[in-house]
Amino acid sequence: MSAAPSGKGITVTDKVKVRIDGEVISASAGQTILEVARTSKKYIPALCYMEGLSSVGACRLCMVEVSGVARLVPACTTPVQDGQAVVTTSPQIEAYRKMTLELLFAERNHVCAVCVSSGHCELQALAQDHGVTHVRFPYSYPRLSVDTTHPRYVLDHNRCVLCSRCVRTCAEIEGAHVWDISGRGVGSRLVSELQRPWGEATSCTSCGKCVQACPTGAMAEKGWGVEEMAKERAVVSRLTSMRGGR
Amino acid sequence: MDTKIKIGTCWLDGCSGCHMSLLDIDEGIVAVLKKADIVFGPLVDAQEWPEGVDVAVIEGAVSSQDDLKMAQTARTRSKIVVALGDCAVTGNVPAMRNGIPTRRLLERIYVEGATATPGVPTDGVPALLKQVVPLHEAVKVDVHVPGCPPKPNAILQVLSDLLEGRTPDLGNKLRFG
Repeated sequence: MSAAPSGKGITVTDKVKVRIDGEVISASAGQTILEVARTSKKYIPALCYMEGLSSVGACRLCMVEVSGVARLVPACTTPVQDGQAVVTTSPQIEAYRKMTLELLFAERNHVCAVCVSSGHCELQALAQDHGVTHVRFPYSYPRLSVDTTHPRYVLDHNRCVLCSRCVRTCAEIEGAHVWDISGRGVGSRLVSELQRPWGEATSCTSCGKCVQACPTGAMAEKGWGVEEMAKERAVVSRLTSMRGGR
Repeated sequence: MDTKIKIGTCWLDGCSGCHMSLLDIDEGIVAVLKKADIVFGPLVDAQEWPEGVDVAVIEGAVSSQDDLKMAQTARTRSKIVVALGDCAVTGNVPAMRNGIPTRRLLERIYVEGATATPGVPTDGVPALLKQVVPLHEAVKVDVHVPGCPPKPNAILQVLSDLLEGRTPDLGNKLRFG
């Protein structure tokens, strides 16, 4: 939706006005609700969204109410429309966000006490911010592998939330596309080069941007102990903005 | 007449770090003990969980038959149950064995891993449960205090809230790991 002359000979300025939690905000057409909300310092939580990457709506934490729409919609993939009214928080939304976080914990083995990313983890921080004191669902305790074949990095499936930020970082920023998600539902797994161990993936440039993009301790540099793997998450977003958003 | 609040504590499958953190509330313990007595737990001498306890503070995950029995006794005889620390709240490190069948686990450690007298111990040790579960999957839990261990100020806040009759709210002291 770039600036194009409309049928009436008036140039469409591509400006829209939306109402977020009651406040009228002007935005550009094509922007998502999440982008607009964050620019105007409105809080919407998200795990799979990362500035500079395409949006996939995978984590369902950014669900918001849009007037006239009966169901909740993901803010990261829903474009703003003129006159739209968005509600970013309500008891119902909060209940779903909490539940979503608890289900993420129940699905894999997230053991904060022995995790390299404890204290720097977006999942842990979100749980704490949203008052998740415990997980009401039974844990599934899957047996999952840890890929240590890469000389510099580790992939621990126990901590993976399938956000696919690594997949998109590698494909869209580095242009190597080493990563993909295989399988369906709870059987989904992150794979490098069609199931080849990471260390044998010939297309991997060892740039490490996937590690920096990972919100949890699923990807880490080797050699760090518990709580030591702080990440440079801004690097991915910065690279995109330096390319002028391409 | 003794009107002090009765606190019982116990330690299931954990490392005792949460009890250490409880002791780490420093002079806060004086304020707590002005209002409450610790009537059972590793810190005192009582042999059996008494009846009529007001607050049960339970560390550790439920991992063996003994853990389960202790959790159930504490629950039945106490008004409020507090799950203290990540093991009680999430299963944490003890639950990392859950993907492995218990027999296989015990043989790996006590037979394959033993050099002196290989053999799975059976005397004087409780049978392991098939799966380690967090406390709230075994008994009803009223208050969750995560952390590995929970910070002393988080423990003190929860205890103070309970002693003053407030519903505990950890707020920004909520922390996993």
